[in-house]
Amino acid sequence: MNRRLACGLTDDPLTDLTHLTLAEARDALKARKVSSRELTQAHLDAMERARLLNAYIAETPDKALAMAAASDERLAKGEGGPLEGLPIGVKDLYATEGVHTQACSHILDKFRPTYESTVTAHLWRDGAVMLGKLNMDEFAMGSSNETSYYGPVASPWLPPNWSEEKARAALKGDKRGLLVPGGSSGGSAAAVAAHLCLAATASDTGGSIRQPAAFTGTVGIKPTYGRCSRYGMVAFASSLDQAGPIARTVRDAAIMLGSMAGPDPKDSTCFNGPAPDYEAAVGRSVKGRVIGVPKEYRLDGMNPEIETLWAQGVEWLRDAGARIVDISLPNTRHALPAYYIVAPAEASSNLARYDGVRYGLREPGKDIVELYEKTRAAGFGPEVRRRVMIGTYVLSAGYYDAYYVRAQKIRTLIKRDFERAFADGVDAILTPATPSAAFGIGEKGSADPVEMYLNDVFTVTVNMAGLPGLAAPAGLTEQGLPLGLQLIGRPFDEETLFSLGEAIEQAAGRMKLPEPWWACGAVAAVGDRGHNANRSEDFDDGAG
Amino acid sequence: MAQADTSRLIKGATGDWEVIVGLEIHAQVTSRSKLFSGASTEFGGAPNSHVSLVDAAMPGMLPVINAECVAQAVRTGLGLKAKINLRSTFDRKNYFYPDLPQGYQISQYKSPIVGEGEVLVDLTPDRSIKVGIERLHLEQDAGKSLHDQSPTMSFVDLNRSGVALMEIVSKPDMRSAEEAKAYVTKLRAILRYIGSCDGDMEKGNLRADVNVSVRRPGEPFNTRCEIKNVNSIRFIGQAIEAEARRQIALIEDGGTVEQETRLFDPSRGETRSMRSKEEAHDYRYFPDPDLLPLELDEAYVEGLAAHLPELPDAKKARFMADYGLSAYDAGVLVAERETADYFEAAVAHGGVKRDAKAVANWIMGDLAAFANSQSLSISQTLVKPAQIADLVDLIEAKTISGKIAKDVLAIIIAEEKEATPSAIVEARGLKQVTDVGAIEAAVDQIIAANPDKVAQAQAKPTMIGWFVGQVMKATGGKANPQAVNDALKRKLGL
Repeated sequence: MNRRLACGLTDDPLTDLTHLTLAEARDALKARKVSSRELTQAHLDAMERARLLNAYIAETPDKALAMAAASDERLAKGEGGPLEGLPIGVKDLYATEGVHTQACSHILDKFRPTYESTVTAHLWRDGAVMLGKLNMDEFAMGSSNETSYYGPVASPWLPPNWSEEKARAALKGDKRGLLVPGGSSGGSAAAVAAHLCLAATASDTGGSIRQPAAFTGTVGIKPTYGRCSRYGMVAFASSLDQAGPIARTVRDAAIMLGSMAGPDPKDSTCFNGPAPDYEAAVGRSVKGRVIGVPKEYRLDGMNPEIETLWAQGVEWLRDAGARIVDISLPNTRHALPAYYIVAPAEASSNLARYDGVRYGLREPGKDIVELYEKTRAAGFGPEVRRRVMIGTYVLSAGYYDAYYVRAQKIRTLIKRDFERAFADGVDAILTPATPSAAFGIGEKGSADPVEMYLNDVFTVTVNMAGLPGLAAPAGLTEQGLPLGLQLIGRPFDEETLFSLGEAIEQAAGRMKLPEPWWACGAVAAVGDRGHNANRSEDFDDGAG
Repeated sequence: MAQADTSRLIKGATGDWEVIVGLEIHAQVTSRSKLFSGASTEFGGAPNSHVSLVDAAMPGMLPVINAECVAQAVRTGLGLKAKINLRSTFDRKNYFYPDLPQGYQISQYKSPIVGEGEVLVDLTPDRSIKVGIERLHLEQDAGKSLHDQSPTMSFVDLNRSGVALMEIVSKPDMRSAEEAKAYVTKLRAILRYIGSCDGDMEKGNLRADVNVSVRRPGEPFNTRCEIKNVNSIRFIGQAIEAEARRQIALIEDGGTVEQETRLFDPSRGETRSMRSKEEAHDYRYFPDPDLLPLELDEAYVEGLAAHLPELPDAKKARFMADYGLSAYDAGVLVAERETADYFEAAVAHGGVKRDAKAVANWIMGDLAAFANSQSLSISQTLVKPAQIADLVDLIEAKTISGKIAKDVLAIIIAEEKEATPSAIVEARGLKQVTDVGAIEAAVDQIIAANPDKVAQAQAKPTMIGWFVGQVMKATGGKANPQAVNDALKRKLGL
């Protein structure tokens, strides 16, 4: 029987506006076949039906419809930017003026910025419509979206051998056993995969765009460090953080990045040059491009399905005319430990400003020290506290040289490995995106955090070297879960990654995303949604 | 390193001690906006009225270096004859305090913008020392915590938060409180000449951390103590003396000096412990990942050097060479750039060359006395260089005596601020009497009226002074004193 009829829903996937790609929706808007208001309303309806996935932590329907109406006016006059009228989701890490911006932390309780991040400002400048703020690991620290103060996000992918009924029941409970969407941009990846937005902003410090993209069958790119401004992004590790999009196709990711990127005098580390026309790179021939395959990414005991997929990716690119070479990146194995020194070190300092003095949560104390201690103990979750402590430790007198300085040296060596490969003529490097497919909520990291950290083993090298990395869906495991491949490029050569990514997309075929099993009879009341009463405030956001 | 100079030693109960002083000066950079934000640096705004999102450390805010602050640091480095580092970096100094919104201060720990230099410090006209500069770096100031506004809460004013400071670190080259005070005075003059810091210590725009240790002459350095945040030159001197006495007494009693941070209490004239070495913060310095290394090129530095004003040492040398001034006079005149400019304007007024020494004497004498009595600088008195020039010219032309000139200056100050001395002399009939006949008539009259004094004067020639006084009195002070003297000598047969 037809699923949708069984659920009492009448929308046909062929005409469901949420199933358009960003590029298709753009063209339909331009051709006036659909209005931004219709498109936006379709997404708001889908979001309402998908609330139990917990992808959005703040919906902004009034703002969305107002922006859509303004876009329709511009489109009617034949005006409008490259994203005019296209509804998207925004990771809670980005400052959005007057709207929930807490990096999914309790310590930023009720914080509403008076300013807009540069990346989102670029998107609104180009006409995009904001649907709401997306769930994430607290301060982007996590690989499963389980560290969010607002609770975990459920992946729209059904766990292997689970019935829809079982999944729906779990969704209404503590979500254990449902799949994680990855993290930290778990809300972004889940929302894109579940058709709750056409695309979403995300951010990547050690893999937080690419790993969730791989886990959810979506496309994510972390551009070169400095390609997007960090102004108005809640900082985790400043030398590693980079903005990027998650979308359903390589072309959509290229369109999004083209808008998000660009120079910004408010960020000294931002590249001072215009972003190229990334969409033009999609479909460009990859003939003659040299693809490096690094032997160090072949881990002992790695899932053979990942190995097979990687080999398949190599074949696809070879078939598309690329030349494949074996390369060595000898310092790869040091990357993860070094990352888990550098990132917490910077985080321990970046998070010092959350002290209860000026904004966000304040837990009063008898003196200032007690105020700090109580506020930070109550405001930060366990993973954030762990990383602040690690970071404080590795920067302390007597340990600085042994940890931080050595980690920075390793970082230089990792960068040099890549530089050598590129100097030898390699245009891009192909690796798996993750060492496994998505795992279950509550399954990993509770006893040993390192188990969770290992998720980033293929992605952190790219952040450490400041390079662009793209994750593209490449296939399914035997159990039917998506797997992704990662393409690593030369600095500021995202274009090559987009053309190679599209070649993989063409060869693998567009990922078939899950049907909305969650939507069946699942229109949640706001009050029913988990432990945090203040979330309801966000849903009132703009409603009054 | 300077040799031990016995005149500077401190006598202890068990022998002589030498005090070793090094200074860290925090000088607020003169700039319209803060080191990493566009907020105003203006003094005296309502609390929290000059605070940007960056200064308040809102989430996602990033620092962007202010080019003017960089230029000021380079200019200052050039003025200190110091090495300009073409590549410097910013580090974070991490600690929690409510007036430090970021939870860290952005400073230059490892690679400062300015390296080693030196300052020539004049102690007396014929004795000067060189004080080495270790480094100069740029850093953010903190805000201000107000603990007296509420019985239960502290308030925070972030107007100062993020204002640029130059920390200028000297080598431990000073051997007395006097040397330290002279160094700060000279450094302040250099900063004010360059225009990189206004040196206003009352507003806290120049403050010092003072490092003090004592030793037996010729022995290696001992443990030092740091006295934080001393905010006047006088207090710097007092703090050094108090701390040196404390350390000497401690050692002579068989104790040892512990490395610690201390505070100077001016009301009690003593230093007291603020925190010991064990309690010292671990600042966890590391490179600020939000800022790229600061890279300058030679042409940029040369461009700033080319536009540097003439600095005190060069000006003093020129005043001595061009105007024939003594080292002392030249030194006094160049201590403030405005005073030096005033002097040169008065000397050269009207395109006429006049006696520079006479001009200097007027500025350093009567004018300075008046300025000091009103707590003004020379340039703040309403007396104009042209008026001083005119006074000097009137004396030179023997139109008035020095005595009358003083009266004329007093008239300018008190009554006729805009009038030229010539006009005052004319209007009030103050012209000197040089008519020998009139003077002799007055002399004859006094001699005739005082036969007893005549006899005394003939026995004791210095008594002539009494006759001069009488004649001057009789002529309303206008008689030329030389002519009076000559006539008296002749008539008294001296």
